[in-house]
Amino acid sequence: MRSGGQRLLVGLLLASPVVSGCAGAAASSNVEIVARYSRFEPSSVTVKAGRPVHFVLRNEDPIDHEWIVGDESVHAEHRAGTETAHGDRGTEQSIPALGDGRFTLTFDVPGRYAFACHLPGHEAYGMVGTIIVTEG
Amino acid sequence: MRRMRRFQAAAAATLIGLILSASPALACGGLIGPNGAVNLLRTTTFAGYHAGVEHYVTSFEFAGGGGAFGSITPLPGIPSSVERGGDWTLQRLIRETDLESDLLLARAAAPAEAGADVEILLETTIDALDITVLKGGGDAVGTWAAAQGFRLPPDAPEVLDFYASRSPIFLAAAFDADAAAERGQAIGDGTPVHVTIPTPDPWVPLRILGLGKSGAERVEADVYLLTDRQPAMLPQPAGDGLFLDHSAAATRSLLDDLRSDAGMEWIPASAWLSKVRIDTAASDLRYDLAIDASGQSTPSRLAAGLDLPGIADTATDDPSFRALLLVALMLIAGGVGLVAMPVTTSRARG
Repeated sequence: MRSGGQRLLVGLLLASPVVSGCAGAAASSNVEIVARYSRFEPSSVTVKAGRPVHFVLRNEDPIDHEWIVGDESVHAEHRAGTETAHGDRGTEQSIPALGDGRFTLTFDVPGRYAFACHLPGHEAYGMVGTIIVTEG
Repeated sequence: MRRMRRFQAAAAATLIGLILSASPALACGGLIGPNGAVNLLRTTTFAGYHAGVEHYVTSFEFAGGGGAFGSITPLPGIPSSVERGGDWTLQRLIRETDLESDLLLARAAAPAEAGADVEILLETTIDALDITVLKGGGDAVGTWAAAQGFRLPPDAPEVLDFYASRSPIFLAAAFDADAAAERGQAIGDGTPVHVTIPTPDPWVPLRILGLGKSGAERVEADVYLLTDRQPAMLPQPAGDGLFLDHSAAATRSLLDDLRSDAGMEWIPASAWLSKVRIDTAASDLRYDLAIDASGQSTPSRLAAGLDLPGIADTATDDPSFRALLLVALMLIAGGVGLVAMPVTTSRARG
């Protein structure tokens, strides 16, 4: 399990053009998403574009989970991927069993972005959700 | 919290046995391979209950492939012994009620604190099976399984809690297919395991048969019950996923055959044989099978998993009736349970 300091992934640079690592003077917001019984709660989160969002992902299950957010191409890539762990990209987080993850993202472009756990069988089981980014 | 149940002397006259067997197509259950694929591991279990002691005879069947596999079976109490079982009990029961089945089919076939660690109660090795009986909450058992190299399917956390809230006792069996092959075991060979469990509160785990399956996948299994008298069951096997395919006095030849198998001396001189067929979508199988062979026809909603611990269960408040409640047993179509697989975190993103 990672230490709290290691979990603080503020300012991660993201590959997606619609999301950026935080910073700036814009007002930030906090979002906590809990994974329990292989479901995300809440499964829908609304944030404002251009504002840093401090995420806390809490895994209350005794099994590993992950949190991947992005467009369909991102999810398609992860469904067939072989990467064993995530964390170097803010939009791709591994959440250890009974552990948590903390990071900050800024969504620059309004829209709807799906998030999911792509560990085998988890997405099909219902481990999915949506981030709704509205005009700042 | 589940109330303590006293098993009275009258219960000594009662006995229930049950076995779950899987049809070949459903003989896989909850076993996940390194690549996320389901591996076949057939498990058949018989459970009998007499004088406050429940007897499980489970056959872990080598279904081919390599590597390690495993299963987890919820138990109604702490076993006093785990040993090699007899050779023909399971097959004989299946043959008794399904004359069209061939031998291949026959062969195929106190709540814990959430965050506490598991307590290892018993460890033993039988052939290529490493068996561990442990006590713990759902999270603790899941964490333990992961530490042993098993990967749990996504429904495991909820299912483990479902059982741990009523009886935090689990039997984990790790099967080393490579070791089995080295021992000369061929596909289809089974290792029978006899688990003896003193318990006043037996039940038959069914929900775990759906572990690791998608909601639409079918769960098909046969449950054989051997009781002193015709039992009442909950849910009633009257359709909607549960079907009563056989209900009659057990034949003398069956009882004689069962009694002659290793460790089965406790089989009574007379009994009632029931066969319950399970055929339902995994998403609908959210209960266990409660049995009342006392003659009072009041099987426990708690034992069936229809009520949560702590909720009054008037059906079982009478200890005299409870004392007569018999058996529980199960067999997992594909697994008494569930689980596992060596952890190989193949994952997303290429």
